[in-house]
Amino acid sequence: MTEFVTLREAVAGLIHDGDCVAMEGFTHLIPSAAGHEVIRQGRKDLYLVRMTPDLIYDQLIGSGCVSRLRFSWGGNPGVGSLHRLRDAVERGWPGPLALEEHSHADMANAYVAGAANLPFSVLRGYQGSDLPRHNTNIRFIRCPFTDEELAVSPAIRPDVTVIHAQKADRRGNVLLWGILGVQKEAAMAAKRVIVTVEEIVDSLDAPPNACILPRVVVNAVCLQPGGAFPSYAHGYYARDNRYYIAWDDIARDRETFKALMQKHVHNTADFNEFRRVLAESAGAAA
Amino acid sequence: MSYTTNEIMTVAAARRLPDGSVCFVGIGLPSTAANLARLTHAPDVTLIYESGPIGARPDVLPLSIGDGELAETADTVVPTPEIFRYWLQGGRVDVGFLGTAQIDRFANLNTTVIGPYDKPKVRLPGAGGAPEIASNAREVLIIVKQTARSFVAKLDFVTSAGHLDGGDVRARLKLPGKGPVAVITDLCIMEPDPVTRELTVVSLHEGITREQVTAATGWPVRFADSLGTTPAPTDHELQVLRALQQRTALAHGTAGGGGGD
Repeated sequence: MTEFVTLREAVAGLIHDGDCVAMEGFTHLIPSAAGHEVIRQGRKDLYLVRMTPDLIYDQLIGSGCVSRLRFSWGGNPGVGSLHRLRDAVERGWPGPLALEEHSHADMANAYVAGAANLPFSVLRGYQGSDLPRHNTNIRFIRCPFTDEELAVSPAIRPDVTVIHAQKADRRGNVLLWGILGVQKEAAMAAKRVIVTVEEIVDSLDAPPNACILPRVVVNAVCLQPGGAFPSYAHGYYARDNRYYIAWDDIARDRETFKALMQKHVHNTADFNEFRRVLAESAGAAA
Repeated sequence: MSYTTNEIMTVAAARRLPDGSVCFVGIGLPSTAANLARLTHAPDVTLIYESGPIGARPDVLPLSIGDGELAETADTVVPTPEIFRYWLQGGRVDVGFLGTAQIDRFANLNTTVIGPYDKPKVRLPGAGGAPEIASNAREVLIIVKQTARSFVAKLDFVTSAGHLDGGDVRARLKLPGKGPVAVITDLCIMEPDPVTRELTVVSLHEGITREQVTAATGWPVRFADSLGTTPAPTDHELQVLRALQQRTALAHGTAGGGGGD
């Protein structure tokens, strides 16, 4: 049954050290507030999964929360590199990071397989690519009907999937729209699901085929307006591109990064306070 | 009108996209070229972005692969697994439009690492959708700025297959699509040789010399016997491209817009 709790309570109760965690979002509805809260609570040894690791995974990696990453594209979307991810891979800072690298098509299929409770995904892919040489979890099988060679990889079964959505109703059903990415599949594949939302409403007022996560798959709903900042929430606010560009400079330098995480995450009680601190420093700089 | 090498690259790439085709678009240079095509000779092109939009008609270039502008202007937005399963693997994509960090003489692409995989000198973002776009799209167009650092004799890592070791290797491996059919750069246009599949310069942009192309290529690059000159961008093409980039800059507050993935 869905619980309506604070993000602090949801992370404390549902995300544990060593868990496999997917915080999904395809440049839209990125669960940034949840990423901050995981850092704030000092989770360790996480096995993170995501198709497109971006700023929040950069923050989690740089903060030493992550030991392993399964992904298919890691970058600052529209800007460039993730410098904390690169520092971990290239120089092992703040600790070694094991990479399990796939393609988008494979990751999407692996979430679908996880949601369908299958052990692996199948796709026509990776032909001629070096990726299978460096990732022993990409293997090939023969189709028993046609003998065609097909790629397979283990289904993604997160302990916890975290997503951000536009709305939940008071019973815990969750509605999201716009670019959907793999959020529904990631939620259906997970043992536990946390959803942060822009608002909680009496009725979702959605057409019959809208993308709704029924409450039986949602463990916790946390009201967190603005929780996808600096990404966007379709119908609510636009991407703050200045933050993405600023992140490039912040993340380049270990000390700058650490100081900023101290000020914006560890020294703040929650995401709302982070937004206030950020607005104050932007006001001071202007 | 006078024009820059970046502009002729974008225009020359846009011209290769047939009207009425279904195009799987990478972010950055491919997205700029594909939208220029849509706004000039190819109004009926269907642009697919891997985040889910099908038939996107953005008024300004997206900052990222999942901008709201793409969703709002698309015929429909489907979940990302559908894009890869039903559309790309389903055989519904005519043209895959890709950029790259490194490319070799058989148009194989590296977007993974510079240096050894386990101890990389530079960790690049990774594969994204490219390996399956490169194998499953009916044909592939590649747009990339040409330097000796990006056009290399040997890739550090093959992320996405072009023509692999050349010849008929794609057919032997039963890759569904025919692979890269053109590489459009800021200096020239290359196409794979019909037999060996080695990239061959078929057209130089106006004012560009063979020596410049040779110097910007990490292997002894071949030139076609019937080497042509890329037709200059028309005034209309330049006006549409510049207006698109100006709208984009105004909307995003960044010059040009439509940057990296």
